[in-house]
Amino acid sequence: MDIRTIIAGILLALGCFFIVVAAIGVVRFPDFYSRMHPAGKSDTLGQSLVLSGIMIYEGFSLVSIKLLIIIVFIFIANPTATHAVAKAAYVAGVKPWQKEDKVIK
Amino acid sequence: MFDIAATVIVLAAILVLYRAIKGPRIYDRVLSVNVIGTKTVVLLALIGYIYERPHFLDIALVYALINFIATIAFLKYRETGRLD
Repeated sequence: MDIRTIIAGILLALGCFFIVVAAIGVVRFPDFYSRMHPAGKSDTLGQSLVLSGIMIYEGFSLVSIKLLIIIVFIFIANPTATHAVAKAAYVAGVKPWQKEDKVIK
Repeated sequence: MFDIAATVIVLAAILVLYRAIKGPRIYDRVLSVNVIGTKTVVLLALIGYIYERPHFLDIALVYALINFIATIAFLKYRETGRLD
């Protein structure tokens, strides 16, 4: 087992950790706007870590160039989609969540 | 190594599917479908390595584009009522 496989395995494990954390956050957060926080950041980081692990495992070739293109596109597109969801929800009048004793009637 | 990562990602996608089914508003469902779609991109890349077929990466690239366009188009339709 050479050093490249070990680095790729560590990156894959880190990416899987971030992806699972994002999934738990999307399920468990109390409000729509706070649910967007794991979906926008943690998920993007997890995916790019997993794809970087595959890229290091592969070495330099056409396949790793394709993986780099996918990583760059996800880094641009995923927060943009999340921002679009937030804007659509705000225009439609979704109220942010507050604690029970601080709700402004 | 790659099959363990693929299994973990499928389990995370099942967790997000719970929110997509239960979500109280339509925007929760759109957000969950976006998250599942971006997990699918990673899953396609991993499947290409498990079965040693690098052509799956092209499918992953196209799926990333389609996922983004679908989310933007659906939200624009919800916001303005038309797509042109």
